[in-house]
Amino acid sequence: MAQRVGVIGFGQTYHKSRREDVNGVELINEAVQAALEDSGLGIDDVDAIIIGNMDHFESVNYVDTWSVDGTGGFMKPVMKLTTGGTTGSTIGIGGYFTAASGLFDVVAVVGWEKNSESDTTGAIITCSDPVFDRFSFAGALPGLAVEASVYMKKYGVTEKDAARVAVRDRRHAMNNPYAQLRKEITEEEVLESPMLSYPVKLLDICPRTDGAACVIFAGERKAKKLSPNPAWVWASSIRHSYSYFEDIEYDTMPTLEAACRELFSNVGIKEPLKELDVVELYQPYTFAGLKWIESMGICKPGEAPQLVWDGVTDMGGELPFNPSGGVLATNCIGATGLLRIGEAALQLQGRAGDRQVEGAEVALATGFGGAFWTDMMLLGKNPW
Amino acid sequence: MLDAAIIGVGQTSYEAEKKGYNFAEMVYEATDQALNDAGLTMDDIDNVVSVSNDFFDGRTISCMAVMDASGASHNDGKNVSTVEGDGTFGAFYGLMRILAGVYKTTLVVVHSKGSESNPSLIYNSMFDYIYTKSTGLDHISSSALQARRYMNRYGLGEEDFARVAVKNLGNAQKNSRAHRKGSYTVSDVMGSTMLADPIKELDAAPASDGAAAIVLGHKVVAEKLGKKPVWVKGAAHCCDAYNLGDRDLSDVNALADAAQRAYAMAGIEDPFNEIDVVELYEQFSFQELLYLEAMGFCRRGEAASLLQEGVTALSGALPVNPSGGCLGAHPVLVAGMARLIEAVLQVRGEAGSYQVPGAKNALAHGVNGPCGQSHCVLVVGE
Repeated sequence: MAQRVGVIGFGQTYHKSRREDVNGVELINEAVQAALEDSGLGIDDVDAIIIGNMDHFESVNYVDTWSVDGTGGFMKPVMKLTTGGTTGSTIGIGGYFTAASGLFDVVAVVGWEKNSESDTTGAIITCSDPVFDRFSFAGALPGLAVEASVYMKKYGVTEKDAARVAVRDRRHAMNNPYAQLRKEITEEEVLESPMLSYPVKLLDICPRTDGAACVIFAGERKAKKLSPNPAWVWASSIRHSYSYFEDIEYDTMPTLEAACRELFSNVGIKEPLKELDVVELYQPYTFAGLKWIESMGICKPGEAPQLVWDGVTDMGGELPFNPSGGVLATNCIGATGLLRIGEAALQLQGRAGDRQVEGAEVALATGFGGAFWTDMMLLGKNPW
Repeated sequence: MLDAAIIGVGQTSYEAEKKGYNFAEMVYEATDQALNDAGLTMDDIDNVVSVSNDFFDGRTISCMAVMDASGASHNDGKNVSTVEGDGTFGAFYGLMRILAGVYKTTLVVVHSKGSESNPSLIYNSMFDYIYTKSTGLDHISSSALQARRYMNRYGLGEEDFARVAVKNLGNAQKNSRAHRKGSYTVSDVMGSTMLADPIKELDAAPASDGAAAIVLGHKVVAEKLGKKPVWVKGAAHCCDAYNLGDRDLSDVNALADAAQRAYAMAGIEDPFNEIDVVELYEQFSFQELLYLEAMGFCRRGEAASLLQEGVTALSGALPVNPSGGCLGAHPVLVAGMARLIEAVLQVRGEAGSYQVPGAKNALAHGVNGPCGQSHCVLVVGE
């Protein structure tokens, strides 16, 4: 029988640009051990495991079977899901469905990446169609640069507006002991950082990180026994609607808009700015922190810069974004989306420490990847 | 029994090289066939699971190639996800999405082009990159270790394995979709090129191109929509230890565990008598025998006798791989989904010239990882 599902535990590694002290399996194990400790469980309490990363970063095939010494998957059901940048959110949603199915009660979801062992851009380039797309949309940057350029022209948005987003998230990261980049920056530093692909500069974009995360989902039958205050999954939505970068309508964000329409209507959210308490946005670069919140209906098109300058999305504002410092501070790709879900759960459980948003009751976690794809999971302090 | 059924199936033909097709075109064909089989359109499908592998596709985010073709981008877009592993695992995840009560109709589609990949290098990449990858182990040489261990433990001979190939390649002659087929003799198999002792060319599944798709329906819609539902009665998967040396390769404990849990779910106590037909994932001939034993169809070491007595032949008491199995066609990942589809066709009575008369319950099986580390078992029936 189907059952409601809550997050009952979350563990993550201390994220760094290079973890030479561990191999991939050991990195995974750190996150799994942390999540088990966090939830007060032993590995024998876990019924199933879902793992995800992007294969070509570490060049390990069949990561699900390779990683059992790290995940604790020995003689358990282990499955791999992978969808590019959205992998972390995809596996989180997979963990939710797996526990919700009623066939399993406790599901450990593991996302990881050891980017220091990869040629990240070299690997990402091969996602583009080799005949039609690869010569123009090579790697993660070109699509983002096109999107930012269109957005700036359409609404008169400036590079400085975008820089304000980086300043915010890097300031927030100061509150998160696990974040990779813990050093405050100024708008001027962002504007003066090296240009990568106009208008996207080094400090506008996410780093690449060695790190892992593990979120433990439990079905209602066990969640309340295992945790005093599970963070409940309300709903999820996914749109991976493009195969070609050249098909994307860059003046809007169609997958995010469609995913929000479905998610918000399923749970009856009409005014996300008022009804959400905290957002962990998979924000790969600063301009997304403006344009995409318009796509989400947080404000009207073109109005995001003012909202961000007014501090609405800062800690202490009406709707704080990325209290953890978000993707601009930490980006272990296969774990990035899962960190959003884990951080959202911490907020709802009131366990986020220095990065806690007071009184958070509804939290949104998102994922971004592939050809401008979107994943979303909405969680609440109480079951929906 | 679970609250989900398979209400549509589709497969392309399996060939050594589908030159006229890219990944998306194969996926479109399989998807289209599954929808037609179910009498549905993409409008009736509320979510999609694609299955692919970045290594075999030579492309990172390999699912990106098929988001249009699988219908994931249809209209406002479908809730889609991607499993990397055998197609049976994709079906299992599709099942989770249905049983969660969130979706009613799940399309699961799998693709692979062996012709555009280098299987030896790709399989080598599943071994530990510090300790074992550099030895050059691949799917064939690692499975040869497993075959030899199995032979030594139970006193089996290479001819025992050759008889599996003779049976399955013979069965494949009746399957128009199969890639490799023919009337071979034991001496033909014994005389074929040695790949890694004791595995010879005709003991090994070929590398094929192809795609396959199913439509899963929740109980509340399965009886109204699509073809006569074939119910998922039991489903389970399990993963063993990673390092080959940490396992006795002739035990296959993960398969035994998955099979027992699937039987328990399906209410099956005596698999030999309660299951009418088996479609299992034998990438190498010996694995059909080893896996049958692990699934509890006979005692350990006795599957070779079953085969020799004709029990697992198309006309036997327990036909195994009447479609020709993986030896008849082996598009990686797709091969497990093909087993599930063949199981469904048998229960429907639509398997044509390789139909097992009166088949009510069928078992389908898929594999991930080196030497059958991770197994998925699905029991389907009327």
